[in-house]
Amino acid sequence: MRILMLGWEFPPYISGGLGTACQGITDGLTQLGHEIIFVLPKVLGAINTARLQLLSAADFSCPLYTEELEPVLPSKPQTIAAELKLLPIDSPLQPYFSSAQYSSRPHIDGLATAMDGDQLEYVASPQAGDYGQNLVAEVIRYGMAVGSLAMTHSFDIIHAHDWMSVFAGVNARLVSGKPLILHIHSLEIDRSGANVNGEILEIESYGLKQADHIIAVSHYTKSRIVNFYGIAPERITVVHNAVSQQEARRQRATVGDKNIKTVFFLGRITFQKGPDYFVEAAARVLQIMPNVRFIMAGTGDMTRQMVERVAELGIGANFHFTGFLKGKEVENAYAMSDLYVMPSVSEPFGISPLEAMSYDVPVIISKQSGVSELIKHALKVDFWNVDEIADRIVALLKHPVLADELKDRGWEEIKKIRWDKAAEKIAEVYGRAILEKREAGG
Amino acid sequence: MPHVCIYFQVHQPLRLKRYSVFQIGRDHDYEDETNNRQILAKVAEKCYLPANQILSDLIEQHQGDFRVSFSISGVALDQFSRCQPEVIDSFQRLAATGCVEFLSESYYHSLAFLFSPQEFVRQVKLHEEATYRHFGQKPTAFRYTELIYNNQLATALGQLGYRIILTEGADRILGWRSPNYLYQAEGAPEVTLLLRNYRLSDDISFRFSNSFWPGFPLTAAKYAHWIHEICQRGDIINLFMDYETFGEHQWAETGIFDFLKALPGEILKHKDFKFTTPGEAARALRPVARLDVPNFISWADTERDLTAWQGNSMQQDAARSLYKLEELLPEGEGQILKTWGQLQTSDHFYYMCTKWFADGMVHKYFNPYASPYDAYINYMNILDDLTYLIKNG
Repeated sequence: MRILMLGWEFPPYISGGLGTACQGITDGLTQLGHEIIFVLPKVLGAINTARLQLLSAADFSCPLYTEELEPVLPSKPQTIAAELKLLPIDSPLQPYFSSAQYSSRPHIDGLATAMDGDQLEYVASPQAGDYGQNLVAEVIRYGMAVGSLAMTHSFDIIHAHDWMSVFAGVNARLVSGKPLILHIHSLEIDRSGANVNGEILEIESYGLKQADHIIAVSHYTKSRIVNFYGIAPERITVVHNAVSQQEARRQRATVGDKNIKTVFFLGRITFQKGPDYFVEAAARVLQIMPNVRFIMAGTGDMTRQMVERVAELGIGANFHFTGFLKGKEVENAYAMSDLYVMPSVSEPFGISPLEAMSYDVPVIISKQSGVSELIKHALKVDFWNVDEIADRIVALLKHPVLADELKDRGWEEIKKIRWDKAAEKIAEVYGRAILEKREAGG
Repeated sequence: MPHVCIYFQVHQPLRLKRYSVFQIGRDHDYEDETNNRQILAKVAEKCYLPANQILSDLIEQHQGDFRVSFSISGVALDQFSRCQPEVIDSFQRLAATGCVEFLSESYYHSLAFLFSPQEFVRQVKLHEEATYRHFGQKPTAFRYTELIYNNQLATALGQLGYRIILTEGADRILGWRSPNYLYQAEGAPEVTLLLRNYRLSDDISFRFSNSFWPGFPLTAAKYAHWIHEICQRGDIINLFMDYETFGEHQWAETGIFDFLKALPGEILKHKDFKFTTPGEAARALRPVARLDVPNFISWADTERDLTAWQGNSMQQDAARSLYKLEELLPEGEGQILKTWGQLQTSDHFYYMCTKWFADGMVHKYFNPYASPYDAYINYMNILDDLTYLIKNG
């Protein structure tokens, strides 16, 4: 099968979990023998995989709209291998941009900045009511370019990731008549809580209604799509994310000063990730175990508030902010941690606990996360229950047998969560969608 | 003349409440009393009371030809006395028929034999006293927690005066031999072993309502036919199961009570068959061979060993920490000793079991915790508080 895949991140151009997931999905699908044309806003540098073609949509601007488009950087489609194409469209868009950050950044360095790290740096602002026209305009422009690209490429199915690919997906379907699968990794209501951006919500809602079928990264996300967006549950299939075999092969080793225990938080410091609950739990733990170090890595619109709260609680000596961590620094942070905590308020999936487990770090995760559906060998808490989080942290630090049991069983567990299995489920969704389209006379 | 020996296990653990690290040193009450009361009331209504009534009727109907035996854990007896005295009354009525034998076990349904011989003896004595107090019987037959058994246990119980022990007819101790005979205990020649026929027992307790099972639907006549087929190939058929099978594990809607009502009549249709209790069987029949059981066996899970309670490092750590407290205990019979006993109930360790995937379903059904990790954390917090209490008087 030939797949037109529309995304916003692809390693090494990633800022978060979406890119990692896209790579896993394409790896899995190409292993199954499928061919993929992956269209990105812009491709820099070379990517080498077997059946994936990464393309830039920049070369495929829709003639009708050419004059409205800004000049784009010339970028050749890079064909790495017969089965894989990656097409870049020149755009500084990132999935987790807020309008304010978007407009404050020169368009051209957007992607370059994103390449600096492999972790989410830019966030949806809680006061996001004033999204500039530019962000949505970019999404529309990308959509037009993909529509044009769709005219010159042949494929059997369209697979679009998250809201930013919605217009692109719908346009590609309009041009080709092929079924559109919308893959939801994250929803606006998860990212922004009560302060949702109306336009994004509308685009999401439009895409969910338009798609021939929807893939959700968790049952949690599926139920939110059903309840908040009014989509019929039979139109949604759950496919959990997985762990790359590269990660599963990682050497099991931890380093660092083992006289002091380290508890780690990594993620955007935003409402969605529940950093405030982590800080409060830290203060509770320190009442009982004074010799524990807490590390909060990442940036976000709640950073300042968190720093102030740590000072207010008087726990600054044991609580450290690292700011945004990059590649190797993230690895080091995992390696020196005794425990990873993800107290997310609303987490469609949450791939970082799987990463932590692959570094032999036991994890505490919120029950309100998609990943908690997938893994058994983790401690699961309600994000709002600070005492429960603190209780679990103390237990893990106090009882080595508990930590060892979680590490050993968790290690066994994540080895089995493979992308090729997720890809098989996705391929089934394709097959059904194509069949339904055919039966409907499409 | 083959004997059919039925023994029912009655046990309800004293479940612990959610106890966080912040309660240590402040809150010394560990029991989830509301939950325990509710579960006990539910099981009494669904199982103990109706099933006892049926047994009572059957004994009357068959005029002494139907006989049955029970082991009721001390933890369950305590809870009945406190919350459901009518359950005790109905067991006492059964005891009064003269057709019901009560067996002994460790009072707290514990693993004490594995960790502390003197604590094991204390609990056996406690349970003997309770059995005599409630039912006027001095037990001669013993069954240990979940039919745990090995040669050393036989030796220890022989020294305490027991002559009969019930355990699992596990394939790995029997090999080609049949569970349908009496055996002599290696290490205590005076002790007779009764071995559970796990296939026939589990046909009722696990498979009765399983519509994918070839034996489904199981009628009393069909089951009696299976029993009768053993006629020339055994002296005794031991059907050992949890009493909660009737009405609780297998709901009334499955027809389990009708099955129970009809079974004795169907079995007694064959004139060569009779019902027996363990004590009677040991008097009437002779052991056919000596049985060597160097390693522990039990009736739990497919492994039939100790791994349901001591299979992972959390379970081992929790038990080690618990029995380490023994030497610190204050003198005399106080609340601390009682609490320490209650924390020995094997269920607390069972909840920490990580054998999710094969036997996980059974474990999950009985587990008040979302995960074995939660069970371990909760238990260790409570143990910390008990340690605090012991050290601070």
